[in-house]
Amino acid sequence: MSAPVLETRDLTIRFGGHVAVDAVSCAFGAGTLTAIVGPNGAGKTTYFNLMSGQLPASSGTVHLDGEDITRLSAAARTRRGIGRAFQITNLFPNLSVAENVRLAVQAKSPNAANLWSRWTTHGEWINRAEHFLEEVALADKRHLSAAALPHGDKRKLEVALMMALEPHVFMFDEPTAGMSIDEVPVILDLIRKLKAAGDSTILLVEHKMDVVRSLADRIIVLHNGKLVADGDPATVIASPVVQEAYLGAPATSQAPVMP
Amino acid sequence: MSTPLLQLEGVHTHIGQYHILQGVDLAVPRGALTVLLGRNGAGKTTTLRTIMGLWKPSKGRVAFDGREIGGLQTPDIALSGISYVPETMSVFSDLTVAENLRLAARHGPPDQARLDWIFGFFPALQKFWQFPAGVLSGGQKQMLSVARAVIEPRTLILIDEPTKGLAPAIIESMIHAFQELKRSNTTILLVEQNFRFAQALGDTVAVMDDGRIVHNGTMAELTADTALQTRLLGLSLGEHQ
Repeated sequence: MSAPVLETRDLTIRFGGHVAVDAVSCAFGAGTLTAIVGPNGAGKTTYFNLMSGQLPASSGTVHLDGEDITRLSAAARTRRGIGRAFQITNLFPNLSVAENVRLAVQAKSPNAANLWSRWTTHGEWINRAEHFLEEVALADKRHLSAAALPHGDKRKLEVALMMALEPHVFMFDEPTAGMSIDEVPVILDLIRKLKAAGDSTILLVEHKMDVVRSLADRIIVLHNGKLVADGDPATVIASPVVQEAYLGAPATSQAPVMP
Repeated sequence: MSTPLLQLEGVHTHIGQYHILQGVDLAVPRGALTVLLGRNGAGKTTTLRTIMGLWKPSKGRVAFDGREIGGLQTPDIALSGISYVPETMSVFSDLTVAENLRLAARHGPPDQARLDWIFGFFPALQKFWQFPAGVLSGGQKQMLSVARAVIEPRTLILIDEPTKGLAPAIIESMIHAFQELKRSNTTILLVEQNFRFAQALGDTVAVMDDGRIVHNGTMAELTADTALQTRLLGLSLGEHQ
């Protein structure tokens, strides 16, 4: 692999006595899509939070393009190109769909801080926002307030916001959760397109194994905060740790009997 | 057939300027699991929220066990025997897992045998029993949210995408748990995008589009008919899998 774009070294976070992410070392290269799987509570979202800066590491480091970014804020990491879509959506609920995306475009624009920027710039922002709305198939809902969107559309809007910030690292946390079956292909095609462009580093937390199989070049498995498997999808899915800890029913739940 | 446990007739719901439900007719048979399917924005979640009184219907009737509940306040609807699991993983973050469940039990402290049954399919809740619910992962909050609805026997459970964010192994054990709920004669109205889960549990199916019910039938019929799936859901389920 060429030099990694994003890398964690012994990355760890403790909440009280609980080690949620435990000395995870892993590197992610450009043009690759890595799926992160594991049981609920394994530390997948927390690992994302440590990389994107939503949580401070207890120890260990995060590197972006060779530079140690462990002490940078989430906002600073976003400016350096880490894009993040959340498991629970984060939007401006009272603004319209189009305004939400336009704000993200504006944040990325070199003229963003200039109060005297001309209206033509404003027009460009709107056109650019429109482009991202079309990418996620939300253009026909541009005038609705974000709060009025059904859940699946909120997820699509959040992906549009992330794309509008033009990151080179994309972190998707269960992007298809809550989407109806006819919408899932829209998001999967979008991720495929990002991947095909070849210069993005894509990380995906996903429980749907058919989605993982169809998108990922590589799977890493977290279990109790530790990295327990790393490899190509076929090998990792077939491994005993995934079959037992993740895909199979846990031993304690063999046909629990209701009283 | 006996009278349905829950019956909606010509229900309209407005949210602000939007006319979301546009005459919903839905019968939920007693003791069965009814799956409500449909595209995003079809009105599935609004239907559940209208039944719970979280949105007031602007027109139409909602009858539960032969009694009109359309104008009642949400707490009274809940006390009449309906549980609701919203899609939002809402839990009381500052309360412990134990306290969240204790609050959900309306008839005294939760029964230990019932708790053991829940721990059987959601082992994480036992592990984090004395932790604030705020420390749970997204999927674990979802488990707690579902557990609150089944902590006591209920007549009717309305449940919005219970499998969202859950690992495959947990979904498998939830299928067993819900089969037992069905055997105990609990009536369930389920909104679900995970078709494997819906298919394993569903007896009857209602499909929504643009704020109306556009199809009523059995799960077996929908599973067998690819053309019907494509027409109603925009995609055949074989393609989806």
